Amino acid sequence: MEQIRIHGRGGQGVVTAAELIAIAAFYEGKEAQAFPNFGVERTGAPIQSFARISDTRIITREQIYKPTVLIIQDATLINTVDVFAGSTPDTVVIINSPKNKWPALVKRFKRLYFTPATEIALKIFGKNIVNTVILGAFAKHTKLVSLASLKKAIREKFAAKGEVIIAKNIRAITEDYENAN
Amino acid sequence: MSKPESKQILEGSRAIALTIKNIAPAVVSAYPITPQTHIVEDLAKMKADGQAGFEYIRAESEFAAASIVLGASAAGSRVYSATSSQGLLLMAEVVYNISGLRLPIVMTTANRAISSPINIWNDHSDVMSIRDAGWIQLFAANHQEAVNAHILAYKLAEKLKLPVMINVDGYILTHSYESVIIPEPKKIKKFLPAYRPENGTYLNPDNPVTLGAFFTPAHYMETREALHEDLLASLEIIKKEYREFQKIFKDETRLAAMPFKGNVYSDGLVVYYGPNKPKTILVALGSLNGTILETIKDLKNIGLLKIKVYRPFPAESINKFITRTKNIAVIEKAINFGQAGPLYCDIKAGLSAAEAKNLNIKDYIVGLGGRDVTKKMISKIIKDAGRRDASVKFVGND
Repeated sequence: MEQIRIHGRGGQGVVTAAELIAIAAFYEGKEAQAFPNFGVERTGAPIQSFARISDTRIITREQIYKPTVLIIQDATLINTVDVFAGSTPDTVVIINSPKNKWPALVKRFKRLYFTPATEIALKIFGKNIVNTVILGAFAKHTKLVSLASLKKAIREKFAAKGEVIIAKNIRAITEDYENAN
Repeated sequence: MSKPESKQILEGSRAIALTIKNIAPAVVSAYPITPQTHIVEDLAKMKADGQAGFEYIRAESEFAAASIVLGASAAGSRVYSATSSQGLLLMAEVVYNISGLRLPIVMTTANRAISSPINIWNDHSDVMSIRDAGWIQLFAANHQEAVNAHILAYKLAEKLKLPVMINVDGYILTHSYESVIIPEPKKIKKFLPAYRPENGTYLNPDNPVTLGAFFTPAHYMETREALHEDLLASLEIIKKEYREFQKIFKDETRLAAMPFKGNVYSDGLVVYYGPNKPKTILVALGSLNGTILETIKDLKNIGLLKIKVYRPFPAESINKFITRTKNIAVIEKAINFGQAGPLYCDIKAGLSAAEAKNLNIKDYIVGLGGRDVTKKMISKIIKDAGRRDASVKFVGND
């Protein structure tokens, strides 16, 4: 079972990111679950969300303590919250940062990736909402869900927000996906 | 048979809202502020978008929301409301009126903690405050079970003239995504016909009746006894209706069932997972059952008893299973201050002296105010369950 934990701040779409992963995995015929760990309801507060992907039914409801994938939407959390709790050297770590500012992490994780999600978000949305953006790097590096399934999930989840928003999100996730290497 | 593509991945609240839309109540009323859920938000949107035909009445408080559905139900309509936490507490007076009036009202409670201190997260403190108010109380362990319970609830309510509350764990079920099947209205109608209350049982200008009149000491007591007796008698009807439900909703029943490679016994009131002669049986309500089953799935000598119907209390069904063992660990998300957990008290009260004699029943309070209940905690409880020491323990940290 894949266990994905996302760290971010209120207002960045932390919960939506986990939901999009679960929806995309469901489209690919897998069992999937997503749920939030809300803090207090205010913008900027540290928030976690969780997604599980499995070939068999998922019945556990506990939060994710041993992540196989960690997505850090807001790199300022690295020094304030134990975002790496329960990780192993095999945990795939994806951090929203144009470059590695944490040299010690290179030794700690075998698969450590950085992606300029904020830059892409500012360019496309004009604000730091990185949830869909960083899923591009997630799809590219983990291959747990395809970019096509994520795009379909975005269309489904954002249907009520209208075509303009959907198109921007698809542009953002695609750019991040193509940018990731 | 429904087609496999009817399976969707949805937020729990959304799944419940879509189910309610398909059940087609005539009146929905709710108070849209924290603590609330997306259930009533989604229903309001469905109404605004012209997808649903019900009257949607925004109330000025939870007390008013409950009163509005009470009035609409008394006038012969199928109704719906949802609440949570402090909202349910504010409704308490009306909750008792509804059962006293024998109104077939269905309401969802997204179970959340109550103040003070202020806390918005999940536990069962809210429903436990009104568990003895004369409503049938159902608990769901996952999205599909919640969907199924709502359809069953209307059937029971309208057949028995008893209100039914469906309890779904706040956040854990209401805000999570998982796969679920939403039955179409046509299929629901096969099980749940359109609501047509008998003439003379509802407020109607053409045939005036009085509901909830003044009862002096000469008669009041009989109404209480009748409500109690009818609730107890409903156990058999719940079992029967659940069997009927399973025949029509095959895929929905399958998806609601938690996979387990060992023996599974279900009578519609409780579900037992595990061996015939376990060393310990764990007992729980709601979504806790998923994490517990995940923890014990490879343990050969541990059983799990999931309680689906909490009121009327299915003592006979529970005793049938728990008397197979010596150690019983009740794991619950509520505490009766100054006593013990409510489920623990109920289980002890439901056993005869002879049955209770050899049982070591212990109570583990977990998950209050949203504290995550982990597999590690469950493992710790399993180890502790065999010890004959303090019977009530708070298990808060690993």
